Amino acid sequence: MGITVDTIEQGTVVDHIRQGMGIRVMDLLGIDKSYPHRVALVMNVGSGKSNKKDIVKIEGILVSEEKTDAIALIAPNATINHIQEGRVVKKKKAELPEKMEGVGKCPNPKCISNHQDVPSRFALDNGEYRCGYCERKFRASELV
Amino acid sequence: MDLISFRDLSKEDVEDYFARAEEMDRQLEAGNVEKLDGIVATMFFEPSTRTKLSFQSAAERLGLQIVDFVGSSSSLKKGESFEDTIRTVDGYADIIVIRHPLEGSARVASEFAEAPIANGGDGGNQHPSQTLLDLYTLKKMKGDIGALNVHLVGDLKHARTMRSLLYGLGMFGAKVKLVAPSGLEMARDAIADVKRKFEMEVEETETIDFKDADVVYVCRIQEERFEDKYEAMSVKKKFTIKPEYLQGVKEDMIILHPLPKIDEIPPEVDKSKYAKYFEQAKNGIPMRMGIMKKMLGSARQKKG
Repeated sequence: MGITVDTIEQGTVVDHIRQGMGIRVMDLLGIDKSYPHRVALVMNVGSGKSNKKDIVKIEGILVSEEKTDAIALIAPNATINHIQEGRVVKKKKAELPEKMEGVGKCPNPKCISNHQDVPSRFALDNGEYRCGYCERKFRASELV
Repeated sequence: MDLISFRDLSKEDVEDYFARAEEMDRQLEAGNVEKLDGIVATMFFEPSTRTKLSFQSAAERLGLQIVDFVGSSSSLKKGESFEDTIRTVDGYADIIVIRHPLEGSARVASEFAEAPIANGGDGGNQHPSQTLLDLYTLKKMKGDIGALNVHLVGDLKHARTMRSLLYGLGMFGAKVKLVAPSGLEMARDAIADVKRKFEMEVEETETIDFKDADVVYVCRIQEERFEDKYEAMSVKKKFTIKPEYLQGVKEDMIILHPLPKIDEIPPEVDKSKYAKYFEQAKNGIPMRMGIMKKMLGSARQKKG
């Protein structure tokens, strides 16, 4: 038996999220119990032959370009759909950004960005992210 | 102009530092150093006798004045933020030399300060003036760095100088052999980085054989890095540069070390013709003079 989730009039649908990462996507977008509009998190949806995926539908916000790229850190193949008047008006695949500021956190406990009030900063370097402060390299998924 | 990370430098930048250090060497030799006007603040949040003395001595030789901030005993203990401390000292000095245990601290300092920042070591990350003086030593003693076969020996995992040095050697096209005990090898990403960027030839081994080396660069293996004390002792013993390791090496091979050394090089080797680490340390003076002179020049330009 299927689960029916209402379509949204105005907002964002994040689709093709790697199974299990839907909750992390909500965290990243700052969606918590204080959020006033309708939100649907659908987990373990059948997708293709044997793959499963998560979907997040959020009414009321159009997720920014910067946040779209940040989603790529945890859900590399996700698509971000902006919905207006019930229709998809913009569709974008999450792509790892070349540079990020204020997105993600350096996993190195000795990095100054974890001790001082400075925005985190990363630059893509051969498929991994180099911290702009401690200069260490990390996999994208380690930053969120 | 700051000096934060060796990674920020191009080969041309490094060659410019060489030329400046050479000029300083000439002036020192002639006993006629052109005096400059300015104040250098040294901010060492963790102990480092050598780097601090070297910067201070270089500053004195340039006729600069020094104000010294002693990290442990001053305002940081009272809870002042790093940012405020840097901003305050920035008002007192024309150049700030900083050492701090947190990685990336010098980068952050450079964003808060108007004065040029020289990174004197930020945790396990960078120590660019050391790398510059190491490369300058190679150039001075050996000429073409690109023609050298360099063995980096010891704890290559934790020694920050080794990572930057590998990068610098790659920049000039040298051949490198990494000689480290198992578990203390150079970080994989550091090796991949230089291979990709400079198409560098890097060999890794646990076996000590210096016969093909032009340069042997040694760093210390700390006992604390090992769980097993017996293993620590046997590894330390193997990685002590014993006189027999020097049999059959090239006549003009040189041994370098960032200092301080404890027991990894015995006194017999100190006396050999190969030992060049004290000359290497001395090269810190012209190099740091060159660095500070360049910084003062750029600060003037910015203001004028």
